[in-house]
Amino acid sequence: MRKHLLSIDDLSVDDMDTIFATAAEMHDVQRREVKKLPALRGRTIINLFFEDSTRTRSSFEIAGKWLSADTINITGKGSSASKGESLRDTVLTITAMGVDALVMRHAASGSALQVSQWVDASVINAGDGTHEHPSQALLDAYTLRRTLGTLEGKRVLLVGDLTHSRVFRSNVKCLTRLGAEVTVVAPPTLMPSGVDTWSREAGFATSYDLDEALPKADAVMMLRVQRERMSGGFFPSAREYTVGYGLTRDRLAVLGPDVPICHPGPMNRGLEIAADAADAAQSLVLDQVSSGLAVRMSILYHLLAGEGA
Amino acid sequence: MTEQTPGTILLRGASLLGERSADVLVVDGVIAEIGSLSAEGARVVDADGLVALPGLVDLHTHLREPGREDAETVVTGSRAAAMGGFTAVLAMANTSPVTDTAEAAERVHDLGLAAGLVDVQPVGAVTKGLGGEELAELGLMARSRARVRVFSDDGRCVADPRVMRRALEYVKAFGGVVSQHSQDPDLAGPQSCCHEGELSGRLGLPGWPGVAEEVIVARDVMLARHTGSRVHVAHASTAGTVEVLRWAKSQGIAVTAEVTPHHLLLTTDLLSGYDPTYKVNPPLRPAEDVEALRAALADGTIDAVATDHAPHARHDKEHAFVDAAFGMLGLETALPVVASVMVESGLMTWADVARVMSTTPAAIAGLEGHGRGLEVGAPANIVLVDPSADLTVDRDASVSLSRNNPWHGRTFGAAVRHTLLRGRPTVLDGSLV
Ligand SMILES: [Zn+2]
Repeated sequence: MRKHLLSIDDLSVDDMDTIFATAAEMHDVQRREVKKLPALRGRTIINLFFEDSTRTRSSFEIAGKWLSADTINITGKGSSASKGESLRDTVLTITAMGVDALVMRHAASGSALQVSQWVDASVINAGDGTHEHPSQALLDAYTLRRTLGTLEGKRVLLVGDLTHSRVFRSNVKCLTRLGAEVTVVAPPTLMPSGVDTWSREAGFATSYDLDEALPKADAVMMLRVQRERMSGGFFPSAREYTVGYGLTRDRLAVLGPDVPICHPGPMNRGLEIAADAADAAQSLVLDQVSSGLAVRMSILYHLLAGEGA
Repeated sequence: MTEQTPGTILLRGASLLGERSADVLVVDGVIAEIGSLSAEGARVVDADGLVALPGLVDLHTHLREPGREDAETVVTGSRAAAMGGFTAVLAMANTSPVTDTAEAAERVHDLGLAAGLVDVQPVGAVTKGLGGEELAELGLMARSRARVRVFSDDGRCVADPRVMRRALEYVKAFGGVVSQHSQDPDLAGPQSCCHEGELSGRLGLPGWPGVAEEVIVARDVMLARHTGSRVHVAHASTAGTVEVLRWAKSQGIAVTAEVTPHHLLLTTDLLSGYDPTYKVNPPLRPAEDVEALRAALADGTIDAVATDHAPHARHDKEHAFVDAAFGMLGLETALPVVASVMVESGLMTWADVARVMSTTPAAIAGLEGHGRGLEVGAPANIVLVDPSADLTVDRDASVSLSRNNPWHGRTFGAAVRHTLLRGRPTVLDGSLV
């Protein structure tokens, strides 16, 4: 495995299998009374979050702690360049204390890649703008694989604000590479530019019609709609969005009781996902959270324990 | 034989515009004789194998003084210009403070005179503080010692059509031209930093669609027709813009346009690694646009090459891609790039290069004494180019204060060897005098 985890592109299928296998072991640890493993004792991990995310940050923090690493949280100042300091100066200052890994969340696409070129530490991309969120994609794939047995030939729908979704960009790479047949569904205004050509090359399908795609799905992943997109003219109203692209009670009935439902959270109940769907027996939303911890322990283990162990 | 003076230089055996070979005698800053000449008492510059062109004129330079003297000054920018074969540059108004008064324009003009390496002609802002709302004192800048003729809010678009209309009308009084940074701010969006297309979709970068340029160009040519005034399109970057320009010219509308060397050669796929060196405004476009721009420059639809030389301090580029400063260096490398893209490919001759990099830009800017042909009686603003050089660009060898050079490590087949400003060498054998 490489030094950094910046993108799903950094991983071979073998790498993913390795991560999933270790994650399964870590998952078992979570059921023990004493959850700590000594694997990363003496290692220092900084969670550098320029953009707030309680869920991802605490997941990485607990993962580090259960592996006995010293984890430190640093919250940055927001998205745009603060007048004085460059991003390079900021991260060099933070890593100058001797850091093994930098788990980084930033509002700017590509920032994790840029930072990896400046620092000696391993950089783990915990979300860079609207670009990628590889640990989320890995935990989604892990969760779906545990439920479906395999992803090979499974038809997975990704529905929602694709343009602004890093979860979508990482997931579509991860799922297709693991053999899933992926269809992404969104109104044309929330489809990323050039997706027509890109999807052909990357091997996934696109659709504007959720009702046409839904009956064929083996799994559905709903993506969060940012409330501020509504005033941006991407769609006329919340009501219209829900009618066109929400996982409503009616669509849940079409889906049937065996098709798993994922959502990376936080959910807009009643907008992209009805409460009935979010709380249905087939909903994997909470499994995603606990699997997320196991997958992140596995990622940290393989990136950091590797060199010494 | 003309009587010799200490200011006498004989350029021996230059190829004039890449065509006939001749000796050029320069006396007191003026071309005195052309032909087969003897050199008694004259300083001889061996120009055998070199192409002589009129000194280059850049319609679009950012010199950063006043305000960002850590990135560039009038002196260091003048050095870069001379090294690039330029004898005149138009210094954009988006300094701090903005060049929006006669006094500010005169200050830049005088700093240029003091540096003495190229004629620095200030561009005046169209609107006060580049605010896009109230016209700057266009007439006072025109009447000032700096004789401002080109007005631009470059860096920003004059987006309000009513303000643009009034500016076009107003500058008719003194033969001015409005140079527009064509970027509809609403269509492009506030953080747009990458050509909108497949790559921006994949990278998750806010896209800057070509249509945001094209709608402004289309609007402005209609306003130019309506007002009977002259509009100039700065840094044209798309095939759609070329189409609009072609139509406008066929209608006899007074529109001119420039293209940068980097838009003639670099494509948007360079952004795949999020390297802010390649972040420019307008953004690098796909190969289809680059092809259209080359063809348009060759056939005259695009009138001129302009560098958009945009020096930045290192730390202003060391941000996340969306937050990093726009722009790249251009003065020192413009001629090698144009030679490589347009001349070596057979799309243009050296005479065409003289037209698009000297004669036409000087005419657009109303600069007397620049852009004249190499003819007896003309001011001796001359650049001598080695057309069979082997130039590998080294950003650390730059005389600019900044290092945001997209060409670092690239090799070009032409290089500027000597530059003369009114008969005085500013660059000899590739070094500043
Ligand atoms: Zn501009």
